[in-house]
Amino acid sequence: MIDGTTISQPLLWVTLTLVAYAAARRLYTRVPVALLHPVVLCTAAVIAVLKLTGTEYAAYMNGGQLISFFLGPSVVALSVPLYLNLQQMRRSAPMLLLVTVFGSLVGIVSAMVPALVLGAPDSLVLALAPKSVTTPIAIGIAEAIGGEASLTATFVVLTGIIGAMLGPLFLRLLGVVHPVAVGLAMGSAAHGLGTARVLEDDRLAGAAGGLGICLCGILTAVFAPLITAGLL
Amino acid sequence: MLGGFSLLLLFLLVGEMVSTIGLVLPGNVIGMLLLTGTLALGIVRVEQVRAASNVLLDNLAFFFVPPAVGVMLYFEVIAEHWAAIAIALVIGTLAVLLAVGASAQLALRRLEARSREGSGPGGSGPRNGSEDESGERSGGSSGGPA
Repeated sequence: MIDGTTISQPLLWVTLTLVAYAAARRLYTRVPVALLHPVVLCTAAVIAVLKLTGTEYAAYMNGGQLISFFLGPSVVALSVPLYLNLQQMRRSAPMLLLVTVFGSLVGIVSAMVPALVLGAPDSLVLALAPKSVTTPIAIGIAEAIGGEASLTATFVVLTGIIGAMLGPLFLRLLGVVHPVAVGLAMGSAAHGLGTARVLEDDRLAGAAGGLGICLCGILTAVFAPLITAGLL
Repeated sequence: MLGGFSLLLLFLLVGEMVSTIGLVLPGNVIGMLLLTGTLALGIVRVEQVRAASNVLLDNLAFFFVPPAVGVMLYFEVIAEHWAAIAIALVIGTLAVLLAVGASAQLALRRLEARSREGSGPGGSGPRNGSEDESGERSGGSSGGPA
């Protein structure tokens, strides 16, 4: 058996993560169920291997940080769809900005308040605050407000899955059918996973989803420190 | 594409430096805003960063596996508070869908109704006038030196 405590080479863990992800993605293309999203399966597989080999998370991150390094430039890369979507929706952009200001405030408060009422500890409540935002931004926010980045990453993925599963049906029940409204709502509530779900049927909804991801990410980064300071 | 990556990293670096000065925004978000601004001003062209940006965004989900694996450190906390977490996540997600979806649709319908009323034949008049004006002015100035 491999003794994980002595093997801390980055190569091993990068390879494990990459192979697990590629396998998970192949499975997902055959069985496209939101709960079996590649991130969920891959994360579960990597955790299982680490537990079986008795490897510490810190040892895994010797390799893992080489992968998560790319989250930083990925956020900067979001400026390309943001710029293009803003151009495409130039006339309605000011109004959509107002809507996402409202949406990001609701997003922060609506997760924190139920958790507070149900008696969750402050560390959990802080990690929940940026849950609707795309992961790299959410992790940056969690670090800024003193939440645990790993918990936040998990909550973000779960939020994306919940939004992708329930979102389209819930919006239809509410009578929200305008493709831009549907896309903006899915991107604001459930980031990339939610947007991917509506992008399948409608490109305009996909573009609005991209706008929702970017604007809500920026606005939540602005509001989260203020609101968490006020609530806790 | 390497040039595109260099630009992305450069903007990230500047963003991180700015955020250490004491702005509440994470450095990566500042970098994103700065690049969006320079794209809008035409200082950087979309073609310069599009390929690198697509490579990163197409694989975004993979990059956040390592932070997600870190949940293994918090199994006990989650087991203890799983109901609160589940309820907070479901309520939090549905609340945003409701807030954004309903208000966006309401506002879009208003905007579309107003632009339908406003798009009459009179809109092109003033623009033609200003073009004539500038044409005369440039004609006059080119005539001056001669």
